Amino acid sequence: MSDSTVASSNYVNYFDYKGKYSGIGAWLLTVDHKRIGLLYLFSIITFFLVGMTLGFFMRLEMLTTGETIMKPQTYNALFTLHGIVMVFLVIIPGIPAGFGNFFLPILIGAEDVAFPKWNLTSWYLYTIGGLFVIVSLFLSGGPIDTGWTFYAPYSLRTGTQVILPLLGAFILGFSSVLTGLNFIVTVHRLRAPGMSFFKMPLFVWSLYSTAWIQIIGTPIIGITILLVIVERLFGVGVFDPAMGGDPILFQHLFWIYSHPAVYIMILPAMGVVSEIIPTFSRRTIFGYTAVAMSSLAIAFVGTLVWGHHMFTSGMSDESRWIYSFLTFIVALPSGVKVFNWVATMYKASIKPETPFLFVMAFIFLFSIGGLTGLTVGALATDIHLHDTYFVVGHFHYVMFGGTMFIFFAGLHYWFPKMFGRMYNAKVANTALVFMVVGFNMLYFTFFILGYLGMPRRYYDYLPEFHNLHVVATVGSWVMITGILIMFGNLFIAMKKGKKAVANPWGGMTLEWSIPSPPPMTNFVKMPTVKYGPYDYEHYEEVMKNEH
Amino acid sequence: MSTNINAEAITNLSHQEAHTEGHVHRDDYGSKLGMWLFLFTELLLFGGLFVLYMAYRHDYFPMFQLGAKELKIYMGGLNTLVLLTSSLTMVLSITALQRKSIKGSIFWLLTTIFFAFGFLIIKFLEWSEKYHHGLFPKAENLLNQPEGVKVFFGLYYTMTGLHGIHVIIGILILSYMVIRILNGKVTPDKFVPLENAGLYWHLVDLIWIFLFPLFYLLH
Repeated sequence: MSDSTVASSNYVNYFDYKGKYSGIGAWLLTVDHKRIGLLYLFSIITFFLVGMTLGFFMRLEMLTTGETIMKPQTYNALFTLHGIVMVFLVIIPGIPAGFGNFFLPILIGAEDVAFPKWNLTSWYLYTIGGLFVIVSLFLSGGPIDTGWTFYAPYSLRTGTQVILPLLGAFILGFSSVLTGLNFIVTVHRLRAPGMSFFKMPLFVWSLYSTAWIQIIGTPIIGITILLVIVERLFGVGVFDPAMGGDPILFQHLFWIYSHPAVYIMILPAMGVVSEIIPTFSRRTIFGYTAVAMSSLAIAFVGTLVWGHHMFTSGMSDESRWIYSFLTFIVALPSGVKVFNWVATMYKASIKPETPFLFVMAFIFLFSIGGLTGLTVGALATDIHLHDTYFVVGHFHYVMFGGTMFIFFAGLHYWFPKMFGRMYNAKVANTALVFMVVGFNMLYFTFFILGYLGMPRRYYDYLPEFHNLHVVATVGSWVMITGILIMFGNLFIAMKKGKKAVANPWGGMTLEWSIPSPPPMTNFVKMPTVKYGPYDYEHYEEVMKNEH
Repeated sequence: MSTNINAEAITNLSHQEAHTEGHVHRDDYGSKLGMWLFLFTELLLFGGLFVLYMAYRHDYFPMFQLGAKELKIYMGGLNTLVLLTSSLTMVLSITALQRKSIKGSIFWLLTTIFFAFGFLIIKFLEWSEKYHHGLFPKAENLLNQPEGVKVFFGLYYTMTGLHGIHVIIGILILSYMVIRILNGKVTPDKFVPLENAGLYWHLVDLIWIFLFPLFYLLH
């Protein structure tokens, strides 16, 4: 294992590298996957802060009954935009486009992705899509108020600005498809000598499965969105019941994509967990093949369960129990993963560093999210809980407690590698405590509110819900404090953190065998892979083999 | 993976130079794989529309037959012929390039583009005729028709319209290929971009092969 200061004499890292362009152009015109990965990460974090601010104001409005700080129409716009920004601009691209771009080529021992220029194109598409959403706020008609699901026929009739944000979402889908096919080709074509499919790190497996869902699912939402745009522009009758259309078909097409999208969001996060747990347990992952295959199984079954979003919107009883049954099946491969992670930690010598603590928070929160998923996946209980705060609580536990917590874990895990600097671990851990406490105050309260009958997306509520809404709003303040401390800590570390060594955590995957920050071409000497990604019995030998 | 194996011999410096020189790494199989995956997403994009067609045909069976009677089989048939022929000329262009005939390749590419324009012109004539008969969205005549006919024409315009956009994109791609061949970027030794453009063109053809019977013949 080499110290980066020793190695730095004979390589140029990707920060210092001088290419064809200089200054800002060196970033905006780069085709280097690492720089594109950072472009994504910064855009995603920016949009996350935007979405968080929207959420903050929503919670503030719910502090008291009646009008607190805004009018009902503003509230409708806020929850719509909070959803669009968080789903399409943060969580879906988050881990695959951000960390995937940066680490997929390194993890398989490649210099770059298969199509570097398309990679940059997809970042531009992402940015343009995001700008469309933001610009639509200031156009005539006002911000979109349909909810992030754009359900017809309301999305066809509302007077607000619908076309531009929908076009934005379409372009974002294009970006997602390009990233997906780029990753699939990369995995198939650019693995280093000796890296067979079953020697790939599990994060690569999860990115590979995700990429497949991306290219299978995204075109469907693309066409659905296009149809809403066409219908608004030209008055073509496809979903509008007044024209003979069927709005339920819109819901089907929407969820055919948007349910698999849930797995686009969570699978990469599960991949990151499968990297972090072996590293900090210093043990090979328990059941490598099972974990890898469960990713594919989730990807496959996940494409068949979209109907469970529509139990109450009109569907035959046969379809209902079939969708409910299939939904329960998804719990099997998810359970395989959780049990394998726990088994990996059993009797291991665990180093409870920050990324590992984030993963522990994830397992706790995600388990609650997953179990409440079964509550709403079961037909009888769903009738009671549908469209209440219970559902909102459920998907925040899964999306936020699941994907975003792992996004943060990944940020703390790979930060030393990406920037070559260390952050203050004590501050990071404190931030985590704030986040977990605030998170549970905020979203666990939602379960209770929903169970008591508080409907989602309502601007006002009955006085008996008041106390619980106060708890949730205070929770949101605690959580936001934690998030700001975390980002502040990382931001300071980027500038002033002390230099990181090549392998601060003792990881065994290829990214830890190269200096921090990585050289321009990733590997000074092309790696040849002999052992599996977590074979700690060969740790000394692999790390001596410096690339 | 040959680059990786050779790379051991290359020193770090020249390795980095290679990285900047527009990525010397070339993987014909990989770029074709990427193209096929892209075509797969295109199929799914249209797939959403075909699913809608299926659902509505089931809902409004008699009225779909009524709508289909309004479409002229000979116009659609002519367009089918034009597109199929253009697929042939596309293949001829690729073959010509592989046989080192730059001129031949460009000639057949231009013929393909010519047919593509022919398709669009016929489509235009068809649409404008419907327009005169008041069979277009928001037209009073169509609004007075039964619901199923409205949906039929809604799908007709959306699906053939989206297909038409793909024909236009195809023309742009094929024209770009003409330029690339003239510039010497696509050559008899490096014809995969032309092959990929051809694959895209065949997809445009293939979609039409399904649109034609669904709208014109099933009545």
